[in-house]
Amino acid sequence: MSLLRVTSPHVSGQHQVSAVMRDVLLATLPGIVILTWFFGPGTLVNILLGALVALITEYAVTRLRGQNPRLAVSDLSIVVTSTLLCIALPPYAPWWLIVLGVMIAVLLGKHVFGGLGYNPFNPAMVGYVVLLISFPVQMSSWATPRGLAEVPGLLDTLRHLFLPDTIDGVTAATPLDLLRQNTGLLFKDLLASRPELTGWGGVGWFEVNLAFLVGGAWLLYRRIFTWHAPLAMLAVLGLCALIGYDGGSSESGGSALFHLFSGATMFAAFFIITDPVSSAVSNKGRLIFGALIGLLIYLIRTLGNYPDAVAFAVLILNFCAPFIDHYTQPAVYGTRSND
Amino acid sequence: MREIHDIHGGIHPPERKSLSRPGELRDAPLPARLILPLRQHLGAPAKVIVNVGDTVLGGQVLAQAQGAVSVPVHAPTSGIISAIEPRPIAHASGLEDTCIILETDGADQSIRFEGIPDWQTVAPSHLIERIREAGIAGMGGAGFPTAVKLNPGETKPIDTLIINGTECEPYITADDTLMQCQADALVEGALILAYVVGAEQIVIGIEDNKPAAIAGVTKAVHSASADIEVASFPTKYPSGGEKQFIEILTGQQVPSGGIPADIGLVCVNPGTAVAAREAIIEGKPLTHRIVTLTGEALGKPGNVVACIGTPISHLLGDAALSAEARQRIIHGGPMMGFAVSDLDAPITKITNCLLAPTARELPPPSPAKPCIRCGHCAEVCPASLLPQQLYWYSRAKDHEQLSEHRLLDCIECGACAYVCPSQIPLVQYYRAAKGQMRDSEQEKRRSDNSRERFEARQTRLEEEALAKEAKRAARKAAAQEKALLEGVDPIQAAIERAQARKSEQGETP
Repeated sequence: MSLLRVTSPHVSGQHQVSAVMRDVLLATLPGIVILTWFFGPGTLVNILLGALVALITEYAVTRLRGQNPRLAVSDLSIVVTSTLLCIALPPYAPWWLIVLGVMIAVLLGKHVFGGLGYNPFNPAMVGYVVLLISFPVQMSSWATPRGLAEVPGLLDTLRHLFLPDTIDGVTAATPLDLLRQNTGLLFKDLLASRPELTGWGGVGWFEVNLAFLVGGAWLLYRRIFTWHAPLAMLAVLGLCALIGYDGGSSESGGSALFHLFSGATMFAAFFIITDPVSSAVSNKGRLIFGALIGLLIYLIRTLGNYPDAVAFAVLILNFCAPFIDHYTQPAVYGTRSND
Repeated sequence: MREIHDIHGGIHPPERKSLSRPGELRDAPLPARLILPLRQHLGAPAKVIVNVGDTVLGGQVLAQAQGAVSVPVHAPTSGIISAIEPRPIAHASGLEDTCIILETDGADQSIRFEGIPDWQTVAPSHLIERIREAGIAGMGGAGFPTAVKLNPGETKPIDTLIINGTECEPYITADDTLMQCQADALVEGALILAYVVGAEQIVIGIEDNKPAAIAGVTKAVHSASADIEVASFPTKYPSGGEKQFIEILTGQQVPSGGIPADIGLVCVNPGTAVAAREAIIEGKPLTHRIVTLTGEALGKPGNVVACIGTPISHLLGDAALSAEARQRIIHGGPMMGFAVSDLDAPITKITNCLLAPTARELPPPSPAKPCIRCGHCAEVCPASLLPQQLYWYSRAKDHEQLSEHRLLDCIECGACAYVCPSQIPLVQYYRAAKGQMRDSEQEKRRSDNSRERFEARQTRLEEEALAKEAKRAARKAAAQEKALLEGVDPIQAAIERAQARKSEQGETP
């Protein structure tokens, strides 16, 4: 009999990185389903292509770096990165945009910093921002929602992926675009004049946001992350929109409901800013982190030049996370004064 | 009723306590040979006072306490000292230490014990001395000499004695069994200890997963009509950590780097209280203790009363160990215990459990994956640390950041490693980092010392040179003064003296 010598603790809980990643992927499903219903199978195709590219890239790069590629691929973290990026990309983007974006996310977003756990920035957002700055035209052509146009079928989508411009009239401005481009109409009149803006966040967008909210709530229930960052972000964004609404003039920033349920708001709150690697670590820190992202999203949406603000807001706060950490260390046992 | 406070973090690992059938106690058979390490406690090792070949009786002192923080070692039974030499001991390092080897004769004769049944009439300092002579060191696991704990000094008055019957580690039921089987002794021991430290209040805290122990102790308190409060609180690991336990019962936190006496508390393990009672009432030293033998690799798990010094292999054999190819034997519980490296090592005063799990029961750790900073560790840390940050800084050997993030407040409970989805052996990193910090602290102290010595020498040499200079100046001044007074030119006088000497030499060729 030989004795096994290992250090304590000798018992370990049932937590697994791959299980966390699997839960996150499952939680994106409601959102993906609703996106597909309203905008056609474009997003779905993007996600599948993105996952394939991500897995190949991750495998190759970990192999080159002398790590165990099987182990790296099997934790699914790279599929989470590519899926989150592909959800954010326009549904009928050309194939090379997807491939390029995912490779940038994996290589520039993650591996140049040392791989999983070492990246200071959210890799999906790095990929998104590089694409947005490099290919603004392709990146700002979002699809027209069901009800306002015919939604393409799967075959058309696949053909479009490799032979662009085979589907007509698939692109349209998003509700956030319309609001930013508005100069003369009262908010109320703007809503009435554009069919895309029916509903609280625009056609399809309200439902998409709701679906991501549902998925996020499930992750919260599963204790994959804490409520601090998402809630702080939503609260501050809502509050800013409330203050900036000014009764709905043409200069108005849009109503609070509109900001909460349009664009990438819920997706960002529960799937992007909750990335533990690039966010603040303590709960207090995450409150500040989320709140500042909410503020920046509102400011960039209403004053900035880009259609949505999530990616920039998140990257800027990624920069700040170590700084926030430094000032939000929790009080350790025994350092509190007894009363 | 006492208000129960919650602590930060904590986990709920599977308890597996029923495996060792708490409440049943049997005697472990006497082994042919006992191995008694000289250091079974925190502090200086005891000093041997017997020789090889001596015949000794049970209860006889074999080694004396050496210094203030030390306790003696006694013979658990009668026999012959066959050797005094380094032997493997049950320690995480796997190193050997000096042990007294006692060949038992089976007669189990002992010296005559003299107790102090009327302890209320004796000065506390005398009772503390008795407890020290009985070789009692904290039996919960740390092994801190109890006599030292009971005497925190004039500046730290004690108002409350608390008995830590939490036993929050999975598997272990030694304290549970003791509280069920020896509740009356526990109550009497608590009264004695409270008298010794001058505490007005006594609280016995027990986790609510031990209803039989709570009932037993409550009954014993009633029948002794003692003014002792029995408090139960929700089960959570690590509620039994001394600092956590104190916060649960009092809502107060022991200051960082301080001891419970700083806030008027003394906290002891139930086993320690019973041992103190034996020492005072019956005059018996600490030579036996309750050990939980458990794990699915044992055919006969249970709690036994064993002689201190019994080889681990003897106890496991008695509990019918069917060992696997790579058997893990854990000294202590699965959360904080260490894997034993030699089964010939003996149990000591701090051995509360020997755990022999099957590989299916406690699978070997899987390879560590990268930290994704999920923060689960920070959520469960009972000290409110940020384990994920400590992990980075430990890897980077960044001692400055480690002390800023208060690594030294880590109690190594293992809750962080338990919840880690990447299976990183976090506690191991912290232990290593703490060791490095201690080393570099010592290194710094050493270099500070030598620098100070060098500087002191430098100053001394300068001062001596200055003093010499001053003396010469004074002599010169005195000579000049003398010359002025006597009207003799010192130079002229010197020349004359030299010439006189020359002419003397000339006369004697």
